[in-house]
Amino acid sequence: MANELIDFTLVSIALLGIGIYGLAVKRNFIRMLFAIEIIINAANLNLVAFGRFIPHSGGQTLALFSIAIAAAEVAVGLSLIIVAYRMYHNIDIADFRSLKG
Amino acid sequence: MADIAFLALAVITIGSAIAALEMRSLIYGSIALMGSLGGIAGFFLLLDAPFVALFQLAVYVGSIAVLILFTVMLVKRELIFNTVMLVKRELIFNKIEDKRRKFAGIGLMLLIMVSLGAVFIDSGIKTITTDEPPVDFRDIGTDFVTYYWPALILMGLILASTVTGALVLARRVDVEDGQRTN
Repeated sequence: MANELIDFTLVSIALLGIGIYGLAVKRNFIRMLFAIEIIINAANLNLVAFGRFIPHSGGQTLALFSIAIAAAEVAVGLSLIIVAYRMYHNIDIADFRSLKG
Repeated sequence: MADIAFLALAVITIGSAIAALEMRSLIYGSIALMGSLGGIAGFFLLLDAPFVALFQLAVYVGSIAVLILFTVMLVKRELIFNTVMLVKRELIFNKIEDKRRKFAGIGLMLLIMVSLGAVFIDSGIKTITTDEPPVDFRDIGTDFVTYYWPALILMGLILASTVTGALVLARRVDVEDGQRTN
């Protein structure tokens, strides 16, 4: 195999950094969801890469579980966006302050 | 050393991830996110995991990205019909961020990338190579129905309950009540 484990790990680290940047800077709810997706995908890439190089089938199995759970998370997140948009007519998270007390 | 396909996939994945966060329009942003997720699927193919790659294509590029696109369009359509909110539309679809926060975020990103990258390059995984054959995807199926079967059932229940919860959350109570009185 031409590609080494460190290459995949470095791509994964780059995606993690981009995702954390998005979470820290963006205030748009949908963009923050994008950032979370990117971070989850970085984690999946790591799982499959380490599972290939050990080699063990556990990495791919765990990645499949992770993808399924991420799908559920996105469905709930998007419905929360729609509800919050109906309540506040905005998707800027700085406006969602009714739990602030 | 990495080959050409790997480098191309890395450029596509990371470039689309940046584009998904930085593009002005949310719709183009979600299409760029699709590209990034597809690039990850390509990485899975390179890692001899075709089953996970197809699962990724079906779940992420096929359903999640379309779900995000529909949400963006729903939010936008309500906005267009609501003429009072025209001023707010500018707020939603423009990038709302201040410069100092953005520079701090870029600094945080570079810090994470450099420090984690240095740790990983310095660690022993640089020497890990394998000549062994890849995992057969039939093993994954066997895993699912033998060792992981409680987790599989639990995952099915979680998926069903979250989708039901999402539907209940996004239900429009006002429209239903209005129809009932009419």
